[in-house]
Amino acid sequence: MVDVAQPLSGSGAAPNRASDLSIRIRRSAEFVAIPLFALIVSGVLFSIFLLALGKSPGDFYSLVWRGGFGTAFSIQNTLQRSAPLILTGLAVAIPARIGLVVIGGEGALVLGGFAAAAIAIPLVIGHFPPFPTLVIMMAASIVVGGFWIGLVGYLRYARGVNETISSLLMTYIGIAIMNFFVEGSMRDLSNPNKPSTMPIGDAYMVGYIPGTQVHWGFAVGIFLAVVLQILMSRTTFGFAVRVAGGNPRAALAQGLPVGRLIVICCAIAGACAGIAGFYEVAAIQGRANASLVAGYGFTGILVAFLARQSPIAIIPVAIMFGGIVASGGLVQRRMELPDATVLLLQGMTFVVLLTSETLYGRFKIFQPPETTDRT
Amino acid sequence: MQYSGLNRRHFMKATAASLLAGAASTRLAHAADTTIGIVYVGPRDDYGWNQAHAVAAKALKSLPGVKVVEEENVPETDACAKTMESMINLDGAKIVLGTSFGYYSPFMIDMAKKYSAVQLRHAAPLWTPKDPKNLGSYFGYLNQAHYVDGVAAGLSTKSNKLGFVAAKPISSVLSNINSFMLGAKSTNPKATVQVIFTGDWSLPVREAEATNALIDAGCDVVTCHVDGPKVVIETAEKRGAKTCGHNASQAPLAPKGFITGAEYKWITIYKGYATDLAGGKPLPNMTSGGYEADMVQNSPFGAGCTPEGKAAAMAAIAALKAKKPIYTAGLKDNKGKVVMDKTYDNLDPYLDQMNYLLEGVVGSIT
Repeated sequence: MVDVAQPLSGSGAAPNRASDLSIRIRRSAEFVAIPLFALIVSGVLFSIFLLALGKSPGDFYSLVWRGGFGTAFSIQNTLQRSAPLILTGLAVAIPARIGLVVIGGEGALVLGGFAAAAIAIPLVIGHFPPFPTLVIMMAASIVVGGFWIGLVGYLRYARGVNETISSLLMTYIGIAIMNFFVEGSMRDLSNPNKPSTMPIGDAYMVGYIPGTQVHWGFAVGIFLAVVLQILMSRTTFGFAVRVAGGNPRAALAQGLPVGRLIVICCAIAGACAGIAGFYEVAAIQGRANASLVAGYGFTGILVAFLARQSPIAIIPVAIMFGGIVASGGLVQRRMELPDATVLLLQGMTFVVLLTSETLYGRFKIFQPPETTDRT
Repeated sequence: MQYSGLNRRHFMKATAASLLAGAASTRLAHAADTTIGIVYVGPRDDYGWNQAHAVAAKALKSLPGVKVVEEENVPETDACAKTMESMINLDGAKIVLGTSFGYYSPFMIDMAKKYSAVQLRHAAPLWTPKDPKNLGSYFGYLNQAHYVDGVAAGLSTKSNKLGFVAAKPISSVLSNINSFMLGAKSTNPKATVQVIFTGDWSLPVREAEATNALIDAGCDVVTCHVDGPKVVIETAEKRGAKTCGHNASQAPLAPKGFITGAEYKWITIYKGYATDLAGGKPLPNMTSGGYEADMVQNSPFGAGCTPEGKAAAMAAIAALKAKKPIYTAGLKDNKGKVVMDKTYDNLDPYLDQMNYLLEGVVGSIT
């Protein structure tokens, strides 16, 4: 009796807490080590491809480094390109927490951007002060984007419509709506060859983060990623969402408002994509036109999946993507490789990272040590 | 103390120094060359707009003292600004050529303001004197080459019905359609041109449908003004119809039915920029022209062209080089209104405002 009881009382509160910590470290080490390993594997695979083409992998990776991260200009280029990807990544990751695969961020981005440009026109003509104008524009993007994907969530809950298909199809509807107005009633006739809305003008543009060439969308993206991470992992709302995502029936049986949770998650997602659209208009294009349809919404899907739908992990993944895209040009120019090379690297990385998902839980080193007190 | 050689400050210094050394060495490597950056919106082998520029870029590379850096598939977002900046900062480009319409405003205007020592040129007639002086436009009057297409097609058709697949009813497209029709009428007064607008620059499925519809309606020659004419030419070839090309040479796509095609000759302009830069001369802000300035050309004649068609086309090219006007006094639009009150010079700005289809063209822009 005594020798059984002894280790129990001996390994009281304090050592238990220590092993708690070590378990957490091991667990999180797993989330870092496996993706890193996958990145290295895809790098090696891609090197073989380059060697087959007769190009030097060393040159390639040094150019990727130089073009994406190696100079102050490159880093800012990377961050600027990652800004919309953080937001569109969030637009996929948040619904994923409640078990929905929503891939329609592109539509919400386009409509969000269009709404911002449209609501700005009367304000700009009326010489409304810039800051409140921008606030109203952003609010319009959030509302329209949130409504657009919120509708996807509503259709899912109320009518059982598959959210993946509906969000994708609604993207095309969204783009068509934008084109309808931009090429029709809202077209700026002073620009005859490329249909666009009236430009909002330099005075109304969102500037850069001071001291950089990166627009504010990047900072807002990081802020939202952190806030949404906290919301999803540290609040009762987030807990309810995870429960509903894990087992909607059980969640219903527990009295959780699953329908409302689904619509809210989708609306948050749409709002994130809408904000990305707002920055495309207010920081970059200065007007709404077909250039809003740049594929950021679709790249966001990749970003979110690579980040394993974790809002906080979206930040580094989006920056990595930004860096690859930013350096893609330099690689094309210096090594005379086609543009598809970088897509191939992205695709390979994606496949290897997804394959590496099966490795979780298979390495002893990351597992909590066998506990002696299980008897 | 042993680690002092590796402390953070030293590490930073060493890294910075090596970066600087690296940057300096690349600078030196390019110092002797004039670096020209070219940015494309699509792939360089699209048998269309981008390929026409890429062909010129390739020819440019063979010039001594010229280094060309190219980037394809660059969308009309801030990505194009960043690409240009990257060419300027990392490759030392002295001039950057943006070849897609949407690059100009706001991106190239911003780049021109930011990098006043670098020249930027854009392939559409958008530059105005209130824009930065180191920015400019270049453009070719492709309608002259479409006119030559029409001349050859008029003598190569049996049904006298010619088809035109067009993207959007904007002035440059309308001018190509009208010129093609006038060329055909000049050799074959019975010829008519039927046009179908697809609504956008690159809609391969609609382009194939439009081509089939035109052939079903009896057209035995089809041409087009879309970004990538590949689909139109291949579909028509498969159906046994003859074709005229657009933008770049599509001759390899239609070994049986290709007549000739309207092509830009960007190398004339690009060579001019390279020699001006090398000679330290200021670059023109606006460069444009047609056959008279050697800025457009026709693709080599294919098997679809009759000998008479070829002879007439060669004569038409000679006439255009001598500035023979295409749009003559008294021409009416296809609703019966006289739109040419006098004969216009081929480069007359009045023609840039074209918003009608001429009599002889079957179709509507609304």
